[in-house]
Amino acid sequence: MAVGERVASWVGQPLERLEDEALLRGEGRFMDDVEPVPHAGHAAIVRSPLAHARIVGLDASAALAYPGVLGVLTGADVAAMSRPFPAGVDSPIPYYSAAHETARYAGEPLAVVVARDRYVAEDAAELVEVEYEPLEPVLDPEQGLVVSDRSFAYGAVDEAFAAADVVVHGRYPFPRWTCCPVETYGVICDWDAAAGALTAWANFQGPYTLHSVAAAALGLRGSKLRLITPRDSGGSFGIKATVYAYVVLIGLASRKLGIPVRWTEDRMEHFAGSATATGRITGLEAAFAADGELLALRYDAIEDVGAYVRAPEPATLYRMHGSLSGAYRVRNVATRNRVVLTNRCPTGLNRGFGGPQVYLALERVMDTAAGQLGIDPAELRRRNLIRAGEFPYRTATGGLYDSGDYEACLDRALELGRYAERRAEDAGGRLLGIGLACVVEPSISNMGYITLANTAEERADSLPKSGNAEGATVSVSALGGITVRVGTTPQGQGHATVCAQIVADALGVSPTEVDVLTELDTSTSAWTVASGNYSSRFSGVGAGAVHLAAQKLEAKVQAIRDHLGEDSLPLRRVAGIAHWNPDALPPGMEAGLHETAFFAAPNLAPPDENDRVASSAAHGFIVDLAVVEVSRETGEVTVLDYVTVHDAGTVLNPALFEGQVRGGFAHGIAPALFERVVYDEDGNLLTGTFMDYLCPTGPDLPPLQTAHLETPSPFTPLGAKGVGEGNTMSVPVAIANAVADAIGREDVELPLTAPRVWELLA
Amino acid sequence: MKPAPFRYERPDTVEEAVSLLTEHGDEAKVLAGGQSLVPALNMRIARPAVIVDVNRLPLGRVDGGRVGALVRQADPRLLDHPLLAEAIPFVGHFVTRNRGTVAGSLAHADASAELPLCLALLGGSIVTSRGREVAAEELFVTHWTTALEPTELVVETVWPEPEAGVGYAFCELAQRHGDFALCAAAAAVGNGETRVAVGAVVDRPTVLEVDPDAPGESAAAQVDPYGNLHASAEYLRSLVRVLVDRAVARARERAS
Repeated sequence: MAVGERVASWVGQPLERLEDEALLRGEGRFMDDVEPVPHAGHAAIVRSPLAHARIVGLDASAALAYPGVLGVLTGADVAAMSRPFPAGVDSPIPYYSAAHETARYAGEPLAVVVARDRYVAEDAAELVEVEYEPLEPVLDPEQGLVVSDRSFAYGAVDEAFAAADVVVHGRYPFPRWTCCPVETYGVICDWDAAAGALTAWANFQGPYTLHSVAAAALGLRGSKLRLITPRDSGGSFGIKATVYAYVVLIGLASRKLGIPVRWTEDRMEHFAGSATATGRITGLEAAFAADGELLALRYDAIEDVGAYVRAPEPATLYRMHGSLSGAYRVRNVATRNRVVLTNRCPTGLNRGFGGPQVYLALERVMDTAAGQLGIDPAELRRRNLIRAGEFPYRTATGGLYDSGDYEACLDRALELGRYAERRAEDAGGRLLGIGLACVVEPSISNMGYITLANTAEERADSLPKSGNAEGATVSVSALGGITVRVGTTPQGQGHATVCAQIVADALGVSPTEVDVLTELDTSTSAWTVASGNYSSRFSGVGAGAVHLAAQKLEAKVQAIRDHLGEDSLPLRRVAGIAHWNPDALPPGMEAGLHETAFFAAPNLAPPDENDRVASSAAHGFIVDLAVVEVSRETGEVTVLDYVTVHDAGTVLNPALFEGQVRGGFAHGIAPALFERVVYDEDGNLLTGTFMDYLCPTGPDLPPLQTAHLETPSPFTPLGAKGVGEGNTMSVPVAIANAVADAIGREDVELPLTAPRVWELLA
Repeated sequence: MKPAPFRYERPDTVEEAVSLLTEHGDEAKVLAGGQSLVPALNMRIARPAVIVDVNRLPLGRVDGGRVGALVRQADPRLLDHPLLAEAIPFVGHFVTRNRGTVAGSLAHADASAELPLCLALLGGSIVTSRGREVAAEELFVTHWTTALEPTELVVETVWPEPEAGVGYAFCELAQRHGDFALCAAAAAVGNGETRVAVGAVVDRPTVLEVDPDAPGESAAAQVDPYGNLHASAEYLRSLVRVLVDRAVARARERAS
């Protein structure tokens, strides 16, 4: 719909994106478009070609002599000028923004060459001579260096297994995969020697805890690291969280050289040296009663975080802690969580963040169990789903599920996917399969969950954490212009549109009368360590903070009208008075119209002494149904039909909601059928370009049917829950289940590419 | 991903282009559509001292099966040939076909490329700046290697007209739309002949003598593919059998 229409409430309308006109005009302001400081030098990074090597010598003299080169920063400089990045668990291997004595993955930065342009910088980078002494790389996660090993048990797990009629178990490796945003990392750094401060422009996405991590590495107090994001970001899906390591590296180059320095990551650097999702091997045992009741779950997760524990890791492993039981009522849950280092690129955020890995195991186990119990897979799930009357529901591991009607979603998906009819059909010799996935989609992370990597005793020594708050500012100028400023760092999701809808409702104006600033500036925006765009938190806390700030402002406007006895006084006049004539304001009222609000979810607390944690504030629910056909001849998997039914609470903008569902679906199809990051036995990256890293494009995506229910969350201001990641959690396992069903084998391993499926059929 | 320094030349005539190639020999590289060369330059896999941009040369004519060297892969005149009409949608993506040239694909000689495979099946040829005509079977030597001299430029490609009574078919399997094929097969069947060529599983597009009653089986017996990151040798050999059978069956159907 367009903004010209009149509606009772803008929230809930499929308003066209206010961001799109600039983008369609080619007037987006992405990292490479901004030139906030003149005369910046251009950086190229020298990277290790070896997965593990001692650096015997590094000679930059030829590079420094190359015409146009402005200077070189080496790993030795980095070691001298900065501190290791802090992380959630102690690691014997400190992580710096560049390697000094030992390179630990192919692609690790060793030096930064700064020149008058990128061409010269790359020419000179080739002249940096590095002498290596190769070391044996460690690539098998099961042989990796264990840096954290914690075991958790909730309820009576051993007793439940002893009493079980059927026990199923499996080992579920989830491939490393990555986000592939169109725009890669970009950083501009300007060191101010007089102030001892760094200003950095970067397409960072949050969480802003990582601002603190970067400031700590630079040895700066937070206010001395001013981090500013550009208006537009060309996608992130999680990966741009870790651009912070390059803020430090390029910041040190600026500091050493005494000039501003800019760096734009190229695609090969992005594949080799940005981040990927973790490689996880999940062992899972499940105990069932003969009637299908799920009695207990026992996980054993080995999380390969690559060469270093890079903050926010090991968060991927703990993000789902409160949701290890998924959508089911099981009260006995145990897990062993091991974090290991290997000689691969360090890991980071990727849409779904721990969810795809957990659900691959849990929902595969449900299908395997259904077969062994002789119960239909949909029926087995139905018997174990949390009932609509049980919310808010406290899980065994401490999660607090806010609201939902899981059975209604399941019914809708089965109906749309013609489940009963299809199950009864004769395949006629074709390899047809149906796969289901029931997935609880957590949103709005509790930053405290990461502290579970430490014991309760260890946690007692540090500040308890439950960070999740977001801030927003709504102000009205003397002429009545309305400005909203948020710290949600959108990367294409349409935050500005939704913010305008919310403020339009609160102030009784049109969304076009609301100007939204989404550039986050750590020196001037309202933000907290939890700010940013991750854990699908915008619709809950981001939009919630905007709503509260707008309500505060509207309350003040109304108080002024009441005081003046002019109930219909236009906003423009109220603003004029607030700015020009404070004398007319109610006694004791502050001048101006400028309101900031912060919102923190009321249901999040630090982990308790029994290691229970409400790891997220809101929980949506998804049921997916995939129908596939496998070719006996070629192993090709064709998705004939795909249904996804969502309940993510109140829908703020149905068009944007649908976009998130379709985007999450594409992102989930990727590891299901196409993508994996592959290293050879020497640690060389084999999938270093889009030729071998099979990121699907539009024509590769199957058709999708969507439907949604709305059960509002009681814990967010607008009743909304996140919807950005759910399908990335559900699609990989729904496809795996469908292929397993089609070919009659349990050992399906992602991605299910044609050659790999053919090997299973052979 | 910025190219190493190079000298850029943009001749207006074939003679000037040949003279530049003669002057610089192995140091020079011809730039036509640039869909393979430019990425290779950016990744510094190719580091020519001189780039000879031939895009201003007057080589855009199409005259029946005679196709000028600068005709783009997206040119609708190519679709008159049923084999090309079926194969061209597999050539990269429409945006790359808008720039990529027919002759450039042949001269680049990627063993998994569609156009070289079609030229081989049809028994076509190229005409060079030296006025000589080189048949497909001599042109393609091995991976990225042709019988062209470094100082020789393709000026025209020659595509035999479709024969009456003959059906043509092209099949390939790639992991994504527009990807390099894991295996490709083309067939021409009719007038008592079954002609088959395969690509990607061989070091150059290769015409195979097949048993018309078991084309796939007999084709698979003649190739010895290497496994790669994506697929095992056994899988690729199996694909030869499947795709050759499909192509022959489809061509046979179209012949009748």
